[in-house]
Amino acid sequence: MDAKYTTHEFDVLVIGAGGAGLRAAIEASANGLKVALVCKSLLGKAHTVMAEGGIAAALGTVDSRDTWQQHFADTMIGGNLANHWQMAQIHALEAPDRVRELEKWGAVFDRTTDGKGNINVRHFGGHTYKRLAHVGDRTGLELLRTLQDRGVHQGIEVFMECTVYSLLKKENRVVGAFGYFRETGSPVLFKAKSIVLATGGIGKLYRVSSNSWECTGDGFALGYLAGAELADMEYVQFHPTGMVWPPSVRGLLITEGVRGEGGVFRNNLGKRFMFDYIPPKYKDKYASTEEEANTWFQKVIVEGRKEETVKERKPPELMSRDVVARALWTEIEQGRGFEHGGIHLDIATRRSAEDIKKKLPSMYHQFKQLADVDITKVPMEVGPTCHYMMGGIKVDPETQGSTIDGLFAAGECSAGMHGSNRLGGNSLSDLLVFGRRAGLSAAEYSKKIKTFEQIDESELDQLNHEMNRPFENPKGENAYAILSDLQQVMEKGAGMYREEKGMMNCLKELDQIKKRLEKVSTEGNRMFNPGWHTALDLRNLLIVGEAITRAALIRRESRGAHTRIDFLNYSESFSKTRVIVKKSAQEMQVSSENLSQIPKDFEAELIAKNILNEVVLNQLRGKIAAH
Amino acid sequence: MRSIRLKIFRGTSNSGEFKEYTLEVEEGMVVLDAIHRLQATQSPDLACRWNCKAGKCGSCSAEINGKPRLMCMTRLNDLPVNKTITIAPLQTFPIMKDLATDVSWNYQVNKKITPFTPKSNAEWHWEQKDIDRIQEFRKCIECFLCQDVCHVLRVHQKHSVYAGPRFFVRMAALEMHPIDSADRLPFLKTDAGLGYCNITKCCTQVCPESIAITDNAIIPLKERVVDRFYDPIFILFRKLFKKK
Ligand SMILES: Cc1cc2nc3c(=O)[nH]c(=O)nc-3n(C[C@H](O)[C@H](O)[C@H](O)COP(=O)(O)OP(=O)(O)OC[C@H]3O[C@@H](n4cnc5c(N)ncnc54)[C@H](O)[C@@H]3O)c2cc1C
Ligand code: SF4
Ligand code: SF4
Ligand code: FES
Repeated sequence: MDAKYTTHEFDVLVIGAGGAGLRAAIEASANGLKVALVCKSLLGKAHTVMAEGGIAAALGTVDSRDTWQQHFADTMIGGNLANHWQMAQIHALEAPDRVRELEKWGAVFDRTTDGKGNINVRHFGGHTYKRLAHVGDRTGLELLRTLQDRGVHQGIEVFMECTVYSLLKKENRVVGAFGYFRETGSPVLFKAKSIVLATGGIGKLYRVSSNSWECTGDGFALGYLAGAELADMEYVQFHPTGMVWPPSVRGLLITEGVRGEGGVFRNNLGKRFMFDYIPPKYKDKYASTEEEANTWFQKVIVEGRKEETVKERKPPELMSRDVVARALWTEIEQGRGFEHGGIHLDIATRRSAEDIKKKLPSMYHQFKQLADVDITKVPMEVGPTCHYMMGGIKVDPETQGSTIDGLFAAGECSAGMHGSNRLGGNSLSDLLVFGRRAGLSAAEYSKKIKTFEQIDESELDQLNHEMNRPFENPKGENAYAILSDLQQVMEKGAGMYREEKGMMNCLKELDQIKKRLEKVSTEGNRMFNPGWHTALDLRNLLIVGEAITRAALIRRESRGAHTRIDFLNYSESFSKTRVIVKKSAQEMQVSSENLSQIPKDFEAELIAKNILNEVVLNQLRGKIAAH
Repeated sequence: MRSIRLKIFRGTSNSGEFKEYTLEVEEGMVVLDAIHRLQATQSPDLACRWNCKAGKCGSCSAEINGKPRLMCMTRLNDLPVNKTITIAPLQTFPIMKDLATDVSWNYQVNKKITPFTPKSNAEWHWEQKDIDRIQEFRKCIECFLCQDVCHVLRVHQKHSVYAGPRFFVRMAALEMHPIDSADRLPFLKTDAGLGYCNITKCCTQVCPESIAITDNAIIPLKERVVDRFYDPIFILFRKLFKKK
């Protein structure tokens, strides 16, 4: 019997109430099932709320040349072909419908100015055409609120401020989850016929990060501990533009929209340096001189001319994040940065004060209020910040099913869609497309399961005891000190630039931190106790940190967000594999498997249409030199 | 580095008191940074909510020196120096622990609002100018600071018969949507208690998103309700301010 613990039974349990979780829950409940949604914060506060720039979807409302095939190709090239091509395809195909559906549910997107009154789209890095549906610079809020309001009227039961600590299994099947309510600290058992993990990212693993406290990699760890395979864990995205000053806001994101609206980078010599960093794969697509870039800017952004009528190419500030982040890092490392260790991002000399306030209102306020900087008058100082996890739970591209029966994953905690580098705007669309698919698959799976499983009470006792350990340990180190050390270790050993020796050392240090964590102690009691919560989150962060480092060690090449100073080129053999991390009895098991490749005829079709470029494909496949 | 003094409510709804702390702080820190530093160095079990640390999620609401504000957007530099900074939980809602309050009532109110109901034969095209005003309302980050400050809730505790400014904003966004077809006026008048609002504008003053809650949401809604039903206070207001 499991009466000792408060117990709930649901057909589908969705863990995480960001865009992915909400969309999954809506779909599962629309299929007539009893659905629970569990989240660590209040509803509507999930990390998704912070997304700014927009949702990528080939709506073609502004540039009629845009197609789903082009979106697919941009995603694959942006991800340096490390994506699961089929996910990228499904995503590109379905994103427009998901955006329009959101509008039907009450989202109010900015409109085009051509008199047709369609959903407006904007430029973002790595997207060939204007493609991001948006609401000013608060698109995430619009998305989340719309889903939230849709969800609460659909009978989904929401358990707020409740943290899942462990998944429960019977053989190779998930049967429930165990966790605690943050307010009271009391344990709770959810029995479920299927579970969707939608727990978001890992940003808190690094010292400089754009992510909220929630991003402690819980889903990765919950899945891993339950035996699910993780894939692509070496790919951690650093966004080029985080705030650097004052220290308390270091890492806070500056939307790519600033560059979309015309912002440019300059180093301390006053040089607009991005022209020096255009990689071969983007040589055809981006302006090679300042003059060309400025003409494009004048025509497209200032005068609002249609891009198809403009022969100049886009400014290189709009390349994908991995490329831009490395450029900034290099400039800063080589001493061309500014006083707080950043690079200048200038919108002030490019747009009128009025335009800036209208187009980038929250950026304007963020700088004004937090840094006393008026971005309509002076440049912002920016530097790279940990932003997004491309890797995650390995899932089936169509069903989002993990390698464990009944366990599905969607959103940032799943792997495959973004390859080695995510394009801006492709996450929010990912949440909708694969959130929906995960909800649907989970619902179908649950329909086939007749009864809830009995859960062994001793297993729960064991877990509850484990959760309680920080109170029982003799007084010692608190969780915050350990977290801070962990962040430094990761930044040093497995940050933006990696090499074998540093990573080996990082693994040793992670091991020491693991030992310290066993002795972590917490004051007070289980009631709303952030010190205790942090102590428990650390288990997850450590697992993710180790997975990243081990996967990064294996991949002896540089690809997208994963840069090895000791292996700077694309490798032909690694271009065909993905790294898999899995739990084994002793230690973390790392292996590689074949990465599924774009079917030959589909590829040929896109090459014939000039959507893909064969030379670029060969560069990314390590067949010809690229770096 | 300088040293500041803080007075923070510690406790639950049953018992609690303000405790004093001294803390070293640096240039540029916001109140939430100070709380985090306290957690890391002196008081790991100090409860407070936060997520984005950028004024985007509306989690970190508290009363700082008596004023409802977001902790993450309040710079220590902007508070009087050499004076103890008082940080209290929102008064309008029951305290859970320390700075965290039980705001679940708001979620219950939200559930009662008729959701977006598009006209069946709607054309999904409209101009930016048709939605400018509802986009203002949709900026709301649900910080509930307006709910906290509104005297109908704070002083008169009319939670059972009044929705509060946050939800007037939400209903205004729905009512003014170009293709919404639902009628929320009876609900606004009765269950949501729009008539209790006597347009003091305190809500507008605290809104971190600078939504003109009273002028742009509440007054137009009152106009609509009054055109259909009767609201003595608003008629008086209309007379006084010569609105017709
Ligand atoms: C500042 C910023 C701006 C961004 N802008 C854009 C943009 O413009 N366009 C774009 O496409 N992407 C953008 N992104 C990325 C995008 O916002 C995220 O990748 C995306 O929102 C992740 O959504 P999610 O649903 O996977 O997870 P999240 O929104 O992170 O939600 C995770 C949920 O899981 C819950 N959870 C986690 N662990 C547990 C647990 N153990 N138990 C219970 N619940 C748990 C959390 O409480 C939360 O509800 C941005 C990111 C940042 C940081
Ligand atoms: S204007 Fe109305 S809603 Fe706003 S604080 Fe005053 S009484 Fe409350
Ligand atoms: S209307 Fe303003 S004050 Fe009220 S909850 Fe929304 S953002 Fe906060
Ligand atoms: S932490 Fe999000 S508003 Fe303050």
